[in-house]
Amino acid sequence: MRYPFATISTLAWRNLWRNSRRTLIMLAAIAVGVWAMIFMAALMRGMTDQMVRNGLQTLPGEVQVHQRDYRADPSVVNSMAPPSRGLLAALLEPPVTAWAGRVRVPAVISSERGSRSVTLLGVDPAAELILGSLPEKIVAGRALDAPADRGVVIGASLARRLETGLGKRVVLMSQDTDNNVVDRGVRVVGIYHARLQGNEDRFVYAGRAAVQGLLGIGDAISEIAITGDDYRRVQHWYPRIARAAGDEFETLPWTELDPFLGSMLAVQDGFTLVFMVVVFLALSFGLVNTLVMAVFERVREIGLMQALGMRPGLILGQIMLESFYLLGLGLLVGNVLAVATLKPLATGIDISAVAQGMEMMGMGAILYPALHIQDMLMSTAVVIVLGLLASLAPAWRASRLDPVAALTRD
Amino acid sequence: MNVTWILAWRNLWRHRRRTWLTVGAMVFSNILLVFLVSLQLGSYQMMIDGSLAAFPGHIQIQHRGYLQDQHIYQSVPAAVELAARVRAMPGTEAVAARAEAFALASSAERSFGILLTGVQPGFEPAVSTFPGKVRMGRYLEEGDSEAIVIGSVLARNLKVGIGDELTFIGSGRDGSFAAGVATVVGIFDTGLEDVDRSMAQVPLAWFQQLFAMGEAGHSVVIRVPGLEQVQATAGALRALPGVAQGELVVLDWNALVPGLRQAITSDMTSAWFTYSVLVVLVAFSVLNTQLMSVLERTREFGVMLALGMSPGRLARLVGMETLLLAALGLGLGVAGGGLLSGYLNHAGFVYPGVEEMMERFMLGGRIYPEVSLVSLLVGPLAVFIGALLAALYPALRLFRLQPVAAMRAV
Repeated sequence: MRYPFATISTLAWRNLWRNSRRTLIMLAAIAVGVWAMIFMAALMRGMTDQMVRNGLQTLPGEVQVHQRDYRADPSVVNSMAPPSRGLLAALLEPPVTAWAGRVRVPAVISSERGSRSVTLLGVDPAAELILGSLPEKIVAGRALDAPADRGVVIGASLARRLETGLGKRVVLMSQDTDNNVVDRGVRVVGIYHARLQGNEDRFVYAGRAAVQGLLGIGDAISEIAITGDDYRRVQHWYPRIARAAGDEFETLPWTELDPFLGSMLAVQDGFTLVFMVVVFLALSFGLVNTLVMAVFERVREIGLMQALGMRPGLILGQIMLESFYLLGLGLLVGNVLAVATLKPLATGIDISAVAQGMEMMGMGAILYPALHIQDMLMSTAVVIVLGLLASLAPAWRASRLDPVAALTRD
Repeated sequence: MNVTWILAWRNLWRHRRRTWLTVGAMVFSNILLVFLVSLQLGSYQMMIDGSLAAFPGHIQIQHRGYLQDQHIYQSVPAAVELAARVRAMPGTEAVAARAEAFALASSAERSFGILLTGVQPGFEPAVSTFPGKVRMGRYLEEGDSEAIVIGSVLARNLKVGIGDELTFIGSGRDGSFAAGVATVVGIFDTGLEDVDRSMAQVPLAWFQQLFAMGEAGHSVVIRVPGLEQVQATAGALRALPGVAQGELVVLDWNALVPGLRQAITSDMTSAWFTYSVLVVLVAFSVLNTQLMSVLERTREFGVMLALGMSPGRLARLVGMETLLLAALGLGLGVAGGGLLSGYLNHAGFVYPGVEEMMERFMLGGRIYPEVSLVSLLVGPLAVFIGALLAALYPALRLFRLQPVAAMRAV
């Protein structure tokens, strides 16, 4: 035996197919388990992905810069000057792909039939468009066209509640820096539809310069919203923005701006792993059973091999290899199955029947499963590592058999 | 005891390890299923109770359309009197009238839009948990007039404390200008950012006067002793004079908080996926074991057939073996799962990071699994049935067995 490894790997492979029915059943079990792991992971990832994306769109941006007191006291008093030259330079460097300075103040909007409290956003439409923070769909009228636009764009739900509509006048009320109530009549130029109905009631969009004029704050803004790259990698680049912004401003990544979103992501990652391990544990009983049986049937054969001089280590290796082949094949089939079933679902699963329930969790009406390579790798790692660990016991017992006793057993 | 049963029981222990591994797979899945189902039912119960007790109540009487549009003129006439009549009805636990309007609240330094609720100070604490969350000062009392209780975030934003004055402006029921000054008597902290940021409560009588409501309100909130009484009480309310022929509607909690039931439904769906995977994996494990045990006894079965035993009786034998195996799994699994859930029902269960999510449904961070006949038996019974179904194939194979060929099999 010059190449013991080649020999035992051939032996292991052939042994696997000596009882092909048993092997096929176990293979099917592993494949179903692996499929379930990946499928569930893709659904959950799709769900959190969307929750985070919706959350980031509302925030908006992955990183925001504020005046130090703004978050504790979101008032017009805590406005900030537009970005300095140093910060501007940092905002032009990758991975930043877009940024926008916006005014964000609490306000009351009134029609002749009612009033609601809202968040008034003074935006620069061109910059917000690249940021992706403008409402998704204008259902009537037009979008804002310039910072100096004197109209407002309101949500469809808010319009219904105020009994107002396109072209009608509404009154915006807020406070200036001296806490005088300021108000202005404006015309509704557009009505938007948002993925989350709550946002339709909450956000009123107006031109930035127009809002600055109403509040009498010159060219000051409330916040700078910045986006770029994958939201999971924000920790890598936000410190650079923070340094450029300087100490007088507070620069925070989304995980701290919205701790709920941040914790969602961590919970989901943990949950995926727990799910995979649980599925594997349910599988492992069958796996160990199969190996125990395989060893049991071959006690005499193993005794003979030992009597002929095969070392215990090689016998252990042979059983482990058999298990490895079984796991590997199961993984292959399971992965192929998962990709094949997720592909047709990539265009989204309609869950509008439970849309309002999902909205409580920050989700839209369509769920897009997200198949990520790291979930496939994670399931592979779980199955191989835990699978080989579980196989150790039967394999160890096989390698410790006493050749004489094993041979004489009937 | 029937001899076949004894035979089946003894056959089971011919491969001690294999039997225990198969039973182990069942017990593991059963414990997990009992735990998960109890956890699920427990958290649903808490979600419903928590959300409804916080503010909406079980049933509300409102003007038709108010739920959707929330126009101030969509009111309930003589709300206090209606509430008193409902309170006298059997089947109601607590009843209170409310009125709501949006207003701009201003302190000496800040202005914010708020949702102002007019409440009956004597009855409100029995229908809502918010009055119990007053952290500073006191809740409204009978006889209070120009007093207001506000959320903690609102208090911080407005920079007011107990004893400070708040001015608010809004529009009355008839479209008139409504303004008032109230003294802050209490600050509540519900832990819900949205509520703490925008909610304020004043005495109903003063609210009615301020917003030109006359005797009208916007809702009569009703709590019943248990969820199962909701439909009966709602039915009785619909027959009430003044409700039946007026423009009022009786809304149960499903209509008031549609998201709640949907959140439960969507959670249910993903949970069923997990459960099915577990059951299928266990079924595979049983299939494998029973198939092996049938195949290795081919010769034995051949002899029995040759001696005149019918294939049907052999199949029954395999069926009985599976039944005993599955019953063992069921018994141990239910016992283990019951113990675990029973302990956690007492001690509570925490999953790190989920607290933020649970806050959205107004729960504490701890989940108490609900142990009931349903949660104890649903999962294990599914596993039991799955195991029996899995044994069908090995049992049915026996009908194709030829005695002579079987006796010669290796």
